[in-house]
Amino acid sequence: MLKVALRHAVPGFTLDAVFDAPAGLTALFGRSGSGKTTIVNAVAGLLRPQFGRIAVDGTVLTDSGQGIFLPPDRRGIGYVFQEARLFPHLTVRQNLLFGHWFTGRGRRPDLPRIVEMLGIGHLLPRRPAALSGGERQRVALGRAILSHPRLLLMDEPLAALDQPRKEEILPYLERLRDHAGLPILYVSHSAAEVARLATTVVLIDRGRVTAAGPVAALLSDPAAAPLFGLAETGAILAARIEAQDADGLTRLSTPFGPLFLPRIGAPVGTLLRLRVLAQDVMIATAAPQGISALNVIAARVRDMTDSGGGGMLVRLDAGGQVILSRITARSAKALDLKPGRPVHAVLKAVSVAPGTIGISAG
Amino acid sequence: MADWLGPEGWQAVRLSLKVSLWAVAVSLPLGILVAYALARWRFPGHGLLNGLVHLPLVLPPVVTGYLLLLTFGRRGWVGQWLDGIGVVLAFRWTGAALAAAIMAFPLMVRAIRLAIDAVDPRLEQAASTLGAPRIWVFLTITLPLILPGILAGAILAFAKAIGEFGATITFVSNIPGQTQTLPSAIHAVLQVPGGEAEAARLVAVAIVIAMAALFLSEWLSRLIARRIRGA
Repeated sequence: MLKVALRHAVPGFTLDAVFDAPAGLTALFGRSGSGKTTIVNAVAGLLRPQFGRIAVDGTVLTDSGQGIFLPPDRRGIGYVFQEARLFPHLTVRQNLLFGHWFTGRGRRPDLPRIVEMLGIGHLLPRRPAALSGGERQRVALGRAILSHPRLLLMDEPLAALDQPRKEEILPYLERLRDHAGLPILYVSHSAAEVARLATTVVLIDRGRVTAAGPVAALLSDPAAAPLFGLAETGAILAARIEAQDADGLTRLSTPFGPLFLPRIGAPVGTLLRLRVLAQDVMIATAAPQGISALNVIAARVRDMTDSGGGGMLVRLDAGGQVILSRITARSAKALDLKPGRPVHAVLKAVSVAPGTIGISAG
Repeated sequence: MADWLGPEGWQAVRLSLKVSLWAVAVSLPLGILVAYALARWRFPGHGLLNGLVHLPLVLPPVVTGYLLLLTFGRRGWVGQWLDGIGVVLAFRWTGAALAAAIMAFPLMVRAIRLAIDAVDPRLEQAASTLGAPRIWVFLTITLPLILPGILAGAILAFAKAIGEFGATITFVSNIPGQTQTLPSAIHAVLQVPGGEAEAARLVAVAIVIAMAALFLSEWLSRLIARRIRGA
């Protein structure tokens, strides 16, 4: 468990943030310039905050009150930067083992396992200059993991990559989150990344923590929608692959029954994490007939929130699972929606983009 | 071949090489430290140190030589103390090496500082988050990356040391076999009627040494740069 309490003022900007990061992946989410990187640098020891206390698992790293400030090399915190920052004069293998050389102390480096997990075995003898952006970022990730950290920091590790490269790395991050038992503090301004990776979300706005909590609860909370951006608001669903249908669709089992999506390339039984955006969900009061949308889900209105601009966020309850729908206030009135009313949520199968589907530990 | 230059000529060439090599070898670690301090540290007296290092570049060499004589001469405040522990610099080849080192120091520091400025400090930060203490960050990251700059600085300083004349002749005079370096020897033979031919041969040697140093430095830094940045 990482505990952070910071106050740091520079001309024109004041950071005043308090939050905890439990096991799993904690995402610091906010706009550029909201202070996320400053927080992460303070945790790493690259920035000395004016006031504050930072502790990991009971070990105090920074305490301005007691004059404690551990230098970065004595913190045992891995850091994956936005630009990989590989050492240009060392090979990939030497880069990977750099941290181990200082922190290993009798431990054997877990090089083969990490190299296999990240798929970088063929790169070992190369120099960073000969790597693609995605390969560099994977090596940087491996290098941080191999330095035996007790906490991993990642500052927008995917921001400099194009979409295919991002999708190349995301599965590795999921594996790391689920199998390495290493707490991760992950900075991002992409709601899609947060929805796919985070277990806990801390929302940062202008240097302050505006909301924090488990990812599914926070992303589907209408009150947090303005912070994420309305277009990014949606529910997180847990689903399991039940069958791969012959016509190319994948059938998932969910708390509210079957869900059909375009083919997901994972074996039957795989546990998935889906983000269903509120703007992709329609509401019908009667079971719709002659409609192309494959997924019609029986649900009940839980509550409705005015989201401004003539829009409404309707929170639905489908077999205990929350689904969010964004509709106009006019439609809500025409349908006479009110809490407790049974409705049908309609979701087009193709609206869930394959790149946003995450894989969770079974 | 051996009698192509007179014995005093060869002596001067050998002495010049010895003086310059020692001047560079002894001042290089200090040059790296000063360049690093100027490039990376902020401390009171930063500007003063910078000015002091560059002073020999802008002062008339005779002035530098005279100041050396005042300081390191047998009656100078440092010279007196050195005399007490048996070290004499004035009118010795060691004094010539000191003069050459001081005159070449600004060039050496500038070249190394440029190389340090070109190293991304974020790489050093990354190394420290991987558990490397400061001194190891310098030895394993900074130093290898600035190696071409160190080399360039050393060769430049060597060439400058070979050619140093004004401060040397003022501080340690022009004693054949003791302090008569290549430029001093050229100066000496030019004072003698009919010495032009010997002077021309010494000039040729000076040109060959300078060109060889430049080519060597070019070749080595390309080699190192390829090793460091190369794929």
